[in-house]
Amino acid sequence: MPSKSSGVAFVRETQLPELPPPTFETGPIKWMRQNLFKGVTSTFLTVASVYAIYLALSMVLPWVLNGIWNANSIRECRVILDGAAGGCFSVLTERWNQLLFGVTYPADQYWRPALAFVLMFPALAPVLFSHLPRKLLISTVLYPFAAFWLIWGGTIIAPLIALAGFIAAYLVYRRLVSASFAAGSLGGLCTAVIVWWLGGYITEAAASVIALEPVPSRNMGGFMLNMILGVVCVSLSFPLGIVLALGRQSSMPIIKWICVMFIEFIRGVPLITLLFVANVVLAYFLPPGSNFDLILRVIIMITLFASAYIAEVIRGGLAALPRGQYEAADSVGLDYSQAMRLIILPQALKISIPGIVNIAVSLFKDTTLVSVISMFDLVGMIRGPILASTDWNGVYWELWLFASLLFFTVCYGISQYSQWLERQLATDHR
Amino acid sequence: MVTETTPQSQSFKLSMLLNDTRYRSYTFQFFSLLILIVLIAYLGSNLIRNLAEAGLNISYSFLGEPAGYDINQRLIEYTSQSTHMRATIVGVLNTLLVAFLACFTATILGILGGVLRLSENWLVSKLMAVYVEAFRNVPVLIWIIIVFTIMTAVLPAPREFRGDEPSASLVLDAVAFTNRGVYVPSPEFQPQAIYVFFVLLASILAIFWYRNYAKNRLYATGTLLPTFWPSFAILVLPTVMAFYLLGKPISLDYPVLKGFNFSGGWTIRGSLIALWLALAIYTAAFIAENVRAGILAISKGQTEAAASLGLRPNRIMSLVILPQALRVIIPPLISQYLNITKNSSLAIAVGYMDVTGTLGGITLNQTGRAIEAILLLMLFYLLISLSISALMNIYNKSISLKER
Repeated sequence: MPSKSSGVAFVRETQLPELPPPTFETGPIKWMRQNLFKGVTSTFLTVASVYAIYLALSMVLPWVLNGIWNANSIRECRVILDGAAGGCFSVLTERWNQLLFGVTYPADQYWRPALAFVLMFPALAPVLFSHLPRKLLISTVLYPFAAFWLIWGGTIIAPLIALAGFIAAYLVYRRLVSASFAAGSLGGLCTAVIVWWLGGYITEAAASVIALEPVPSRNMGGFMLNMILGVVCVSLSFPLGIVLALGRQSSMPIIKWICVMFIEFIRGVPLITLLFVANVVLAYFLPPGSNFDLILRVIIMITLFASAYIAEVIRGGLAALPRGQYEAADSVGLDYSQAMRLIILPQALKISIPGIVNIAVSLFKDTTLVSVISMFDLVGMIRGPILASTDWNGVYWELWLFASLLFFTVCYGISQYSQWLERQLATDHR
Repeated sequence: MVTETTPQSQSFKLSMLLNDTRYRSYTFQFFSLLILIVLIAYLGSNLIRNLAEAGLNISYSFLGEPAGYDINQRLIEYTSQSTHMRATIVGVLNTLLVAFLACFTATILGILGGVLRLSENWLVSKLMAVYVEAFRNVPVLIWIIIVFTIMTAVLPAPREFRGDEPSASLVLDAVAFTNRGVYVPSPEFQPQAIYVFFVLLASILAIFWYRNYAKNRLYATGTLLPTFWPSFAILVLPTVMAFYLLGKPISLDYPVLKGFNFSGGWTIRGSLIALWLALAIYTAAFIAENVRAGILAISKGQTEAAASLGLRPNRIMSLVILPQALRVIIPPLISQYLNITKNSSLAIAVGYMDVTGTLGGITLNQTGRAIEAILLLMLFYLLISLSISALMNIYNKSISLKER
């Protein structure tokens, strides 16, 4: 091979292998230089954070690792610990059922709310994940009746009659809706009322057919009460919120102002005043002698409260739709109810789902407020029967840590779902 | 073919109330109003019958009667002989106090949290994420109770400050953290103190004048005067000089242990601190998210454009990024303030005497005037909410982008 480099002392003809980058420009060291020690401020912040984490861990870790799980009272814990740092977690094991179900729910029936809780997941799944087969929605429809029967007990005929009323109403609605939406919904409503009215007699006659031991709702307590209030109120307030939002966007002044006043009033007052209303005032407005129990009154007030907030979220969704969607619906000759059902609401609700989920999370957290009107939800159980008992007086941190973790798990789970859903739904026009 | 140019004039038929879209809305509204009126009449008649059965009437005369209970945290004079009206006013002031304190603290913590969460420092941003998620996902009531437990169960009792070798001591010899409350020094004003305040007021005005002067000079000549340190000097120096020249007319009254408790200074009850801190830290987590979203909403092009004009980083922040980010941040910030005010009604869980604790709590239980008390309570919160949202609407109008 003739050399091209004749007359030149040295020419390199092959490339040298690349040198590795300097050690402080690769791998973990580079990462640390960029993310932890970039400049004086960053270094200072890193050192301060590490110190804070160390302080926190040095307090919490021994307390958790050294925890006592099998004592019968705080005194026993103290004896076992003998002055060492350690949590008295045995309160959780000893009062586990009270924390979850309250004091008065019959102990041999705990499997019923537990089963209702487990069944909630298959019932919610088709609603939460739209790629699941739509046939699964049947389980969602059946769930409220099954859960009611499981938790409150009594004969299975009652929830079956309720279900039959809804089915009959739906069939009548389907038959009449092609004529007009108003006729359909009115006919459906009448059918349901008739079925329930007739069914009332059957239920009375067959009170012991496939009956579970009835549990009155004043016996509900613990985290179960939070779950019941949260789930029931969110599901009830959703349709109410849609109606309020549509009313507020309506062109009919009287309807609009009724809705505006309701929404602004509810949003302007704290939930706790509404719970006071449920507790002491609402009874004055009901017919003399009627005896709603407290949990039902509370459900009514929380539902009204949540519906006002959901209405505002949905109104945001309605307002965010391009004007052309409304005009297009008009121009193909759809009337108001058709336009709303077929064109506007499906899109508006899709936009508002993340907002609605946020409302659901904050509502679920707000269910702890019922402890203020002396209902024994999780917070009420801890503050009342457990911390007031002589056995566990003074076991604050273990109990509050448990309550926080329980709420954190649920709320963080829901908000992560909401963010996932937001990414799924991001089919927008960008 | 003849086209009809004028619509045929029809005589009005009754069926048009249902079939003609022009009239159908009237029918619908009429029936809605009718249902509403019937509903209200039904509830009202139930109310009248129930009240008659219980031998009650609707009357606000209870507000003039002596309350007969004590309020240990108060801003104005109040004894157990004062009227329920006075107790209510004490409660209103307490609500406003804790709401103001919590809003102020939450804003500072929230901005700090939001900025730190965007920090380049991985550890700090992750820590802030943990803070935000931990506080947003646990009910505020639990946080209030946890802070209250710290204030009452962990802090030492006043008697532990006594003796030759006390097991607890005053922080900086001035502030005593006890399980009965926090005792802080209170300022005492001699008559000359008023002049110090005048000087302070004058220096604040002078700062405004100086900044205006610096700005005008910048626009006129292009030379930039320093503003921070001169403003600081104008604020501090004359006031300090006046303070010493007038012979220290403001002194501090330190809390001293007398008998079983501290006296002197101001007492801040543990319930107030619990509510204040818990509301502040909880809401700050939400504000941090708003701040973060606001800063992220400003596109990177704005920063780069400002940099290409030759602005320095802190000027980019203050002149370009912040004014735009604030437009996004402030509306949710104000609704967080509204939330703080409404959540302050949870005071009743820790025994802080806000308006829910006085009017909706003890007054209601003592007089049995549930309807009147709760109506008044709701009107109070409604008034605050509506005025804050009115302010927000004015603000939103003033900053809304002037488009086409």
